[in-house]
Amino acid sequence: MRGTTRTVAVAAMSAVALLAAGCGSGDSGGSTSSAAGGQTGGEITVRGCNPQNPLVPSNTTETCGGNVIDAIFSKLIHYDAETAKPENDLAESIETTDNQNFTIKVKKGNTFADGTDVTAKSFVDAWNYAAYGPNAQSSGYFMEPIEGFGDTQCTGEGDDPCAGAGMAKAKTLTGLKVVDDYTFTVKTSEKVSNLPVRLGYSAFSPLPEAFFKDPKAFGDKPIGNGPYKLDAWNKEQSIVLSKNDKYKGDFGGKVDKITFKIYQDSDSAYNDVLANNLDITDEIPASALIDDKYKSDLPDRNAQKETGVIQTVTFAPTKVDPNYANPKIRQAISMAIDRDTINKQIFNGTRKSATGWVSPVVDGYKADQCGEYCTYDPAKAKALLTEAGGFKGDKITLSYNADAAHKEWTEATCNSIKQALGVDCVAVGVVDFATFRSQIADRKMKGMFRTGWQMDYPSIENFLAPIFKTGASSNDGDYSNPAFDKLLTEAAAETDPAAANKKYQEAEALLAQDMPSIPMWYGKTTMGWSDKVTGVKITAFGTIDFSSVALK
Amino acid sequence: MGTYVLRRLLQMIPVILGATFLIFAMVFALPGDPLAGKCGERPCSPAYAAQFREKYNLNDPLLVQYGKYVGKLAQGDLGQTYNNISVADQLKLRYPVTAKLALLAILIETVIGIAAGVLTGIRKGGFLDNLVLVSTLIVISIPIFVIGGLAQYFLGVKLGLFPVTVTSSDPTVYQLLLPAIVLGSLSVAYVSRLTRTNLVENLRSDYVRTAVAKGLTQRRAIGIHALRNSLIPVVTFIGFDFGALLGGAIVTESIFNIPGVGGYIFRSIRSRDGVSVVGAVTVLVIVYLVVNLLVDLIYGLLDPRITHD
Repeated sequence: MRGTTRTVAVAAMSAVALLAAGCGSGDSGGSTSSAAGGQTGGEITVRGCNPQNPLVPSNTTETCGGNVIDAIFSKLIHYDAETAKPENDLAESIETTDNQNFTIKVKKGNTFADGTDVTAKSFVDAWNYAAYGPNAQSSGYFMEPIEGFGDTQCTGEGDDPCAGAGMAKAKTLTGLKVVDDYTFTVKTSEKVSNLPVRLGYSAFSPLPEAFFKDPKAFGDKPIGNGPYKLDAWNKEQSIVLSKNDKYKGDFGGKVDKITFKIYQDSDSAYNDVLANNLDITDEIPASALIDDKYKSDLPDRNAQKETGVIQTVTFAPTKVDPNYANPKIRQAISMAIDRDTINKQIFNGTRKSATGWVSPVVDGYKADQCGEYCTYDPAKAKALLTEAGGFKGDKITLSYNADAAHKEWTEATCNSIKQALGVDCVAVGVVDFATFRSQIADRKMKGMFRTGWQMDYPSIENFLAPIFKTGASSNDGDYSNPAFDKLLTEAAAETDPAAANKKYQEAEALLAQDMPSIPMWYGKTTMGWSDKVTGVKITAFGTIDFSSVALK
Repeated sequence: MGTYVLRRLLQMIPVILGATFLIFAMVFALPGDPLAGKCGERPCSPAYAAQFREKYNLNDPLLVQYGKYVGKLAQGDLGQTYNNISVADQLKLRYPVTAKLALLAILIETVIGIAAGVLTGIRKGGFLDNLVLVSTLIVISIPIFVIGGLAQYFLGVKLGLFPVTVTSSDPTVYQLLLPAIVLGSLSVAYVSRLTRTNLVENLRSDYVRTAVAKGLTQRRAIGIHALRNSLIPVVTFIGFDFGALLGGAIVTESIFNIPGVGGYIFRSIRSRDGVSVVGAVTVLVIVYLVVNLLVDLIYGLLDPRITHD
């Protein structure tokens, strides 16, 4: 959940690509100034929000904490800030011949901020901790592909699954083995083609010995191995990071100190940027987006970039609401939505109309997978609906959580559907996100409802498997298609990334036939900054690239 | 007087217990699961959910939950928010900020409001009277987020006279001045109108005529006799307003990013964080009761006919 309100738009947090390649580790020292890069050193303030959990990488699934975690932890893999392409960070090499047995060599000479070495054990222990059910880590499920995950989970029923016989059988994952100080092996229970790509997600961060001695204290003052270290976390006010002088990696930052100032409201953060009281805001309020006001307020001090976020409209499972069971009805509704006009009028063009279910920023993206079904064509839509025998229900409903800005676009979408199909459509506000999600999770919500997805790692697989695979954790529409599942399994077994991506694309194409959800648009992030800073870049995850930010 | 105060203090205990229970029950009755939005748009893992429910007693029935809460409350433990932050620490951090802001706003509304009320009251129908009438009418009719937003943009961003946001948990008077003016502006209007009407009324009364006939100066007749009697409804209003301001000014706090209790309560309600809501509101109930008691005691000072024995 990002920000308390926006949040809501997106799902699991992102593995935030922190620092761009090629900027050097910033060890030049002193204040050197260059025309393009600005000077080294100094301090900046950026907009922050309240972390929802203690700052432990495996227990952080939202962006507020994630932005901090990603600045203070380095992972095996780093995602390029521009392209989201994965590249080795702490990993010397990740090798496999069969997509099931991986040998990972860790670079030597890296240390945590407390001086202890980053070794193979730092990773294995951290991943075991994340997976072990009784530790109740919110991103423990990222360890699911690793062999032995099932035995580390509690199996009991009722209030406490870890009570009595339900207690987890094993404390560690059988698939993880330390070979020597800097080598370990990973065995997955099924073939996984993109394991290396996943390893850049924050849940796969290494943890120092100090964490296991006192996890609670660690959560308040984490000790990381990233380009920055945490100096202070003033609850609900600010989080202060300073340069980690023990950092030896390639993705260091230029500024010495970063303060996340916690704002309740994006308007006040924006006004602070206008008055040069805040250096960067990663969210431009709706009031400043109107007629591109932010562009005249902050000339040459704003940027916009597509990020790995997609907004969709999901149909309730057929057993909950049979009125939408026919794929033709679903396709007709999708074709009745004038995405471009809604985007222009409601979002001032800050979205990109979707042509498929996968974000364009990831590896394996193929354009126009949804084809004509995501193209506005009221005549065809109407014809398709007639062919399907018309809409049987009373009216089409589109539910949204009313505590965030979804009312306008859902109503516009409904109007578009109503005009094209001649069937009444109403946007239904549900009081807040918590209620909204419980109704969906309990399978009580009928009709259509808004869903969003923010990628965890930049792979086409992340937009398909967790959402549309039979029984997947975020499969809100209970979509199940054996052919789709089979393609995913085959793709995971491909050792050639290009061949794997091709299979995933074939699977995505199946979605157009069944239409489990309607792709609406891809997200873009807009940022603005004060006239004190330069080199502000947005990563594919919609976060600030701290390796390039510098004072003028 | 002493017994009166003691009696009032003892009466507070059942009120506090009743209020906490009502709030507890209301938060409990809200639809939605606090865990539903906790892990983004996917369900939390069963182990995480179980630990979370266990920790916050979410599996217990309402009365048991309430019992456990009051048990802790009696020991001075306000519990922890769902974000794992101590409620007591948060309140300790936020109440001084809100109190500072409230006091400043009350000071502004009292001084300006009463002064304007007196000036307009003694020259009823004059230019100043009409000016205040029109300007207060304008202030009353504009919603506070418009006043706040405009003040922040023009006085803060454009002219740079005031800081744009506060953010600090130990703000200076200068930092809080603009939010306090915004917050007090609405009440200034009410206070000045209340003072004016009451003063006009009392100026016509017999005792003022007597005082003037006895040869008292205009200043003394109005200042001591008429004004003091006119202030009773004004003090009631200010007392009520002070209590309300201590509950946090959600809109103003969010415009100026002030880390006060208003935003805290609002966010806690939205995230179904019952423990935080009940903790903050319990303190609020106590504050209200104390302020009410103070107002009642001030009545006695203003009008000797009102006694508390």
